[in-house]
Parts: sequence; structure tokens; C-alpha cells
Amino acid sequence: MGEDADLAALTRAVAGSARVGEQIEAYALRSAETDIAVWNGDVESLAVSEVHGFGVRVIINGATGYAWAGSLLPDVVDDTLEEARDNATFGAADEFAGLVDPDDFDGFEPPDLDLWREELAAVPVADKVALALDVDRATRAADPRVRGAESAEYSDAATQAAVANSLGVEASVRRCVASVSVSALAGDRDATQTGHGFSVGRAPGDLDPEAAAHDAATRATRLLGATQPESRRLPVILDPLVSRSILGLVGAALNGEAVAKGRSMFVGREGEIVAAPMVTLVDDPTVPDAFGATTHDAEGVPVRRNELVVDGRLVGFLHNAYSARRAGRPTTAAAVRGGYKSPPGVGARALHLLPGRRSQEEIIAAIDDAFYVQSVSGLHSGTNPVSGDFSVGAEGLHVRDGAFAEPVREVTIASTLPRILLDLVEIGDDLTWLPGSAAGLTLVIGEMQMSGC
Amino acid sequence: MGALIDESLLQATLATALAHGGDFAEVFAEDRAVTTARLDDGRVEELVSGRERGVGIRVVRGETTGFAHTADVTEAGLAAAAESAAAAVRGAPGGTRIVELARRSSPPPSTIRDLPESVPKAAKAELLERADDAARAESDAITQVSASYSDGRRRILVANSDGLIAEDDQVRTRFSVNCVASADTGMQTGMEAPGRSIGFELFDEITPEGVAEVAARRALTGLRARPAPSGTMPVVLKRGAGGVLFHEACGHGLEADLVGRDASVFAGRVGERVASPLVTLVDDGTYAREWGTYAIDDEGAPAQRNVLIDAGVLTDYLWDLVRARKEGRRSSGNGRRETYRHLPMVRMTNTYILPGQDDPDEIIRQTPYGLYCVALGGGQVNTATGDFVFGITEAYMIENGEITEPVRAAQLIGNGPEALRAVDAIGSDFDTWAGTCGKNGQGVPVSAGQPTLRVAELTVGGTAGG
Repeated sequence: MGEDADLAALTRAVAGSARVGEQIEAYALRSAETDIAVWNGDVESLAVSEVHGFGVRVIINGATGYAWAGSLLPDVVDDTLEEARDNATFGAADEFAGLVDPDDFDGFEPPDLDLWREELAAVPVADKVALALDVDRATRAADPRVRGAESAEYSDAATQAAVANSLGVEASVRRCVASVSVSALAGDRDATQTGHGFSVGRAPGDLDPEAAAHDAATRATRLLGATQPESRRLPVILDPLVSRSILGLVGAALNGEAVAKGRSMFVGREGEIVAAPMVTLVDDPTVPDAFGATTHDAEGVPVRRNELVVDGRLVGFLHNAYSARRAGRPTTAAAVRGGYKSPPGVGARALHLLPGRRSQEEIIAAIDDAFYVQSVSGLHSGTNPVSGDFSVGAEGLHVRDGAFAEPVREVTIASTLPRILLDLVEIGDDLTWLPGSAAGLTLVIGEMQMSGC
Repeated sequence: MGALIDESLLQATLATALAHGGDFAEVFAEDRAVTTARLDDGRVEELVSGRERGVGIRVVRGETTGFAHTADVTEAGLAAAAESAAAAVRGAPGGTRIVELARRSSPPPSTIRDLPESVPKAAKAELLERADDAARAESDAITQVSASYSDGRRRILVANSDGLIAEDDQVRTRFSVNCVASADTGMQTGMEAPGRSIGFELFDEITPEGVAEVAARRALTGLRARPAPSGTMPVVLKRGAGGVLFHEACGHGLEADLVGRDASVFAGRVGERVASPLVTLVDDGTYAREWGTYAIDDEGAPAQRNVLIDAGVLTDYLWDLVRARKEGRRSSGNGRRETYRHLPMVRMTNTYILPGQDDPDEIIRQTPYGLYCVALGGGQVNTATGDFVFGITEAYMIENGEITEPVRAAQLIGNGPEALRAVDAIGSDFDTWAGTCGKNGQGVPVSAGQPTLRVAELTVGGTAGG
């Protein structure tokens, strides 16, 4: 990796090369990453790498072109800009197309967040390897019924990104993430159960491999002996890991661009009751503990707390510069990028429900009959934020008379996303920030259809 | 376009990679160019083009693989990456090792007529508007249409310390349409996305209008669909649509890395009957023009046609180089990686069930009650438990041997070995389906295929209680 480009200077220079009648937004990224996989006490693979990426958006007469390259070398950057210019000649004009203007976020200051850990780069690789070995060993030692750990992993990334546009917006963000994760295999081969555990922080010192191992082992062993129950309707309790995923789907339907294009179950519902009265849903990337915390969005706009649902009523959508202009509103600083290979879209970063008063234990103690869902599968194939259809594979435990009872496997749970929001009967106090765009907490849904035998 | 890296530089890089010891070293070079054109909301939103070029270097020593990659393909850049990969396995000094490289060529599985770069961008963008017009012409109830055209050309070169040097030039083209249909009953979506490992000549065999009509009709069908049933029942999978069931139900479980980690229900079962005798399962990377096809895999091994289950008996797993070396056998040509930034692992290519004897219509007629699945939307499997799910996006009830009403989207759940044993009818027809398979964060193009067939019992996860 020969180059040592100053990302901010690079993006500023590209944005500054805009010709008359042209808008340019440049984005550059550099990420130093470590990935270690361990199996059965041995290091299976160790990759230390640096990723470079560049993306540029050009708007000419309302038509957009985009180009990217996996390099920050000057000649590659120049070629990429020319490619984006050429691509813009094939786009159709859109009256709402345009980059964000500094006036669009006048008065907003970026939150004071410390997401960078200088020490991450200084931690010896051997110490990182030791963490992966620890989580592997601790998982295999956690319970005699655990017969192995399917790939224990350590990974970290120190990512720096800069964005600049020809209207004068400039921002740089940098963040570190480190994690260990493991899947435990429990039981005989004929009756295996698996459980996942992880620990996430900003540097190796934040990680707790013992806790990750304990979670993985507990989640796998408590499913041993699971059977497929008969189909029926019943109350469902969602583990924080599961509610996090479902909130993420709700967030996709709150995307202002999807709403404007008639591609969301919330089209035309603004101001209406869309959820149970205890539901207040907020996207707040200024929370330091949120996995998606950031100072600026993908267009360089300072982020802020956005209320989306208040006491069950839909009060707003998420917007980037484009969807905001289309809706006649200001941007909510919700521009997101899936890396440098595509122009910014709209999305939540730190979605969370305001927590309730009772712990998971207290909630379960008060329930006679329910299905506690530990994990779900097929979220992407079985749910649809446009139609609202919701049907996913699930495993977990039956709750009877206030306590966990027999384990359950090979079932689906089904409802619709709008129905799930309205059928919410309790929110736990256990707000947990998890990887992804949403926080989890224990949720109780009054009724869902469980399909089994 | 010339060679990605010349042979003397490859030799020098392999020598650097092995300078501190190691059993095996490999240089993987990739040059990829992609173009995507997207239409949404009635207009061509943007054309996106991307270019990625770089090298991934790995060094294997004992059980450990060290890996590094670089976008800097100069002599200095490659030397630095080779040093990092070597440092990762921290061997004892190994001295100088010169590798003699012997070029191996594998026949291209598909002939490419129209390379992506030879087609004007305007011709690509123009397809999108045709799709938009055709979808909206299906019905006034079609309220939104998005369409995308994408192509990619990926040239790879692999050289390793066994002396192998091999190259491939992979071209893929795909067209997809996604429609929203709206009525008093709500909104429904429909999607269709054919793709092949060929160039722009894809549009000799498919038309934007044809793809758009399928997507639009699928969304419109959803509007009159009733809630899907809940519970176990016979499931008939239309040809092509159900291939993903086998990709999930057993394909992943036959990947040697998962088997080796004791994380597959199929571990230790070669030679045993694992499926109905009607089932013969093949993974075939040489299948001309299919979405998961290539001449060599991302470790330089030629693609193969591998029979995995023969008349119900498990015959073999899928192998990459590292797993195969460990077992003292050859790779089956299934070592794949998303880009040069990724380590290869065992992956499927085009995975399909061979056709049987039954008349597809007769399979439906012989089903008193069940579900008929026409389109699926992907799935997921836990290979250790064998439990898998897949989503239906177009399906109908079968009542008294007749296809009746459409049902809403739902998830189906089953257990791999149980579902394989429960296949009780296999049609004489056949089709395939293109998709992206994800594993450990890496996505690769694959296809799945099957004849119309019936699984005697699967759990359908609808909302309509029994």
C-alpha cells in the first residue's frame, strides 16, 4: 500500500474541479482491517489488510452519473471522475437531483463523539490472535454438552472516510470497531443445536471473550432436545437480537425515498397511529454506544436525533438531500452508503425504541404461555417492507407459567409488520446496542401465527 | 488487454511469500470492471461504473493461512503484500525457493460474443425504459417499477508454489425488474432477474419486456392472493424455482470446510443413503452460460461437474484447495472468493437436481392438497442442525389435483436430510434460477435448478391458521 493520500484533501480537490453547470461529490475511504479465524485451538487464517476506495457522483443538468474504483491512486481517481461525467450523460433529468448545500443544515453542529481508538493500530497481532483463541477455548470449555466451536473469529477495522462536494460541504469521519464472535455446537451430531455469541467494542480492550463464549454455549445448550410443536396462535417474546432485526425492517419502510416512490408500507400514513401507544421510535446516531454512531451522514451533514414514531403515531420519515427536496422538507442527515461502490441512499443508523420499565426476567415471570424467539432465519426472503408481509424461521423456548420450558425448533412465526407494531404489548427495559442499524430490547407481541407440525 | 502480471514478477512474489517458510503460497490477481444502469420511478436514475484491480496473496503453513492483499500491483506493492502474508504465519527461515510456473489452460465454458465494453452505454440504458413501459402496460395497478441492467467482466490470474499458473476471463450479464402493484388490499411486489455468464447477447434470448411482464404479473397476482396456510403439507416446486431448496437443504452442508469443522449434518455420511432414490444432485461449474459458471475457480482449479448425491446416496463433498490438500485429494474446482480482498472457501457453482420420469402436470394432479411454488426469494440454512428456510414469492394452493388460488408471500421451513428423503415425485422438465449466494460475508454468483418435483411434507409458515 504505497499511497498515503490525505483523504480530505483528495476529496476537496476532486470536488473543486467541478466545471460550470456541474456538481461533484467525492468520497474516499481507507480502512485497516484484521480478520482472524480459529478452529479447535488452531489459527485457521489471519488476514491483515488495508482497503482503499473512491466514489464520485456527478450531476449535470439534473442527470446523475456515478463511478467508483478500489484505489486512491491519482490517475485512477482522475479516470473515475471522467467515467462519472460520461455516465451522467445517460441519466434522465430529475428536478430534485442535487447535492446537499451548506445552507440545508445551517445551525446544526456535529455531535462530540469519540469513535476512534489510536491504540487499535498499536495492539500486536499476537494479542488479537489470543482473543480469538480465548473465545474458542472458552466456548469449548463452557459446558460439557458443547462439542465444538464452529469458527471463532476476531476482527477489527479502523475506517477513515472523507466526503466533499462542489457546493462547499466537507466532512471527515473515522471510527474503530473490534469484535469477537463464535458459534457453539452442542449435542450429538444427530441432534445438534447451535448458538451464537459475540462481543463488540471499539478496541480489543473493550472485548469480553468469556461473555461471548458463555452466550454461545447457553444459547446452544438450552435448545438441546428441541422439537417441532403444533401450529397455533400465541403470544411471542422477541429476544433483543431478534427485535433488533425487526426494527431494522421497520426502519427500511421509514426511508423517505422509498415512501416518495410508493415503495413502503407507510405511504400516506404520516400523522396516523401505526403502532401501540407505548411505541416511540427514534433514530439517534449521536448516541456514543450505538454501533451506527457517527458525526456526519454520508453526504457530510451533521447528524441529529430524529423522532419517527411518537406514542404510536407516525411523525416523520428519514431523508437525505434528494428525498428531502422531493418531500419539501429539510434533510434529516440520514444519507447512508453501502461503501464506496454506490451513491448515497437513505437509511437509519441507530434506531431504537424508548425502553419500558420491566426487565426480561420480570416480563417472562408474568407470562403463562408464549414462544420466546431466540433467533430467526430467512429475514430477507420472508419479509417485505412494501407489502408488510412477515414470515420467518424461528427457534427458541416455550414459556410456561412464568419460566422457560421446552425448546422449540423448525417453526415459522408469521404476521405482518404493521400488525406486529400494533400488537406490541410490552417493551423491556433492556436496551442493547448491537451490530447493525438498530438497538434490541425484549419485546412482547400479543399474538402471532406459529407454524409447526 | 495484456497479462495482469508477468511471470517473472509472479515468481519473485511467490519466492518472497515463502522466504520465511510455509508449505504453499499463492498469488491471485483480479481485474474487474462492472457497469450498472438503474431505472426507478419512470426515469433512468443513474449509470454506475466501477473498476477494481488488485492482488491477494496467501501463505499456508501447517494449519494456518496468512493472507494479505493490495491494490498496488507494482513490484514494491506485491513484495509488501507477500511479506505481510508471510509474517502472518511466522515460520522459521525457509531460504530461497524458486517456483517453476507451468501454464495450464482450461477451455472456456461459454463463448462470449458481445463483450460489455463493446456495447455503447446508451444501448444498455435504453433497455430500462422498454422494461418500464412494458411493466406499466400490464395494468394500471402497477404503481412503481424499478429496473436494472448490470454487466461485469472479471479477469483473474492464479499462480501458486505448486507451479500452477492459470487465467480466466469471466463475463456476466443480468437484467432485473421489480414492480409494485397497489389496490385496496394493499401493496405487493414482484421481481424477476435472469442472469447468465455471457455478454450482451443475453438479450437475444430474453427481452426487457418479457422480464417486466413476469415481474408485473407476479405483483398483480399478489394483490388477489389470500393468506398462505400454516402447517405441514405436500409442496410441489415448479421447475427452476425450487433449486434454491436444494442449495439450502443440502448444498451448503456438502461444503468440505463446514464438514471438516463438524458443522454439517452430512459429515461422515459418504456412501450412505441420504435422500430419496429419485434424487441425483450435481454441482457443475462447467455448465455453459449458467450464472455460476467459470473455466477455473479462484484457486486455479478447472471447474468440474461433480455428482454429490447419486440416486439418493451421498457420493462426495465439494472441495477447495486447502481442504483437499489436507485430505490428500484434488480440489473439485469449488474454491471461490468474492474479490481479491477475500480468502477463497468452498462454494457451490450451478447446483441442480437431475430430471426424472414424471409428467409435471401429473405431479400436480396426483396431489390432493398442497402448495405449488412458482417463484422463490432466497433462503438460509443452519448446516449444523440441517434446518433451512426459503421464501415463496409466487405460490398457489393445490386442491383436488388442481392449482387454485394464489397465496401471499411466506417462509417455508424444513430439515435438510428429512426434506431430501421426502421427495416423492420428480418431473421430466428442467429449468434454472440465478442468484447470489452469501457465506461468511462473501457473495458469489450461483445458479440452482431442478425439474418440477414434490416434497411430501414441508412446513408452510403462513398466517392462515388451520
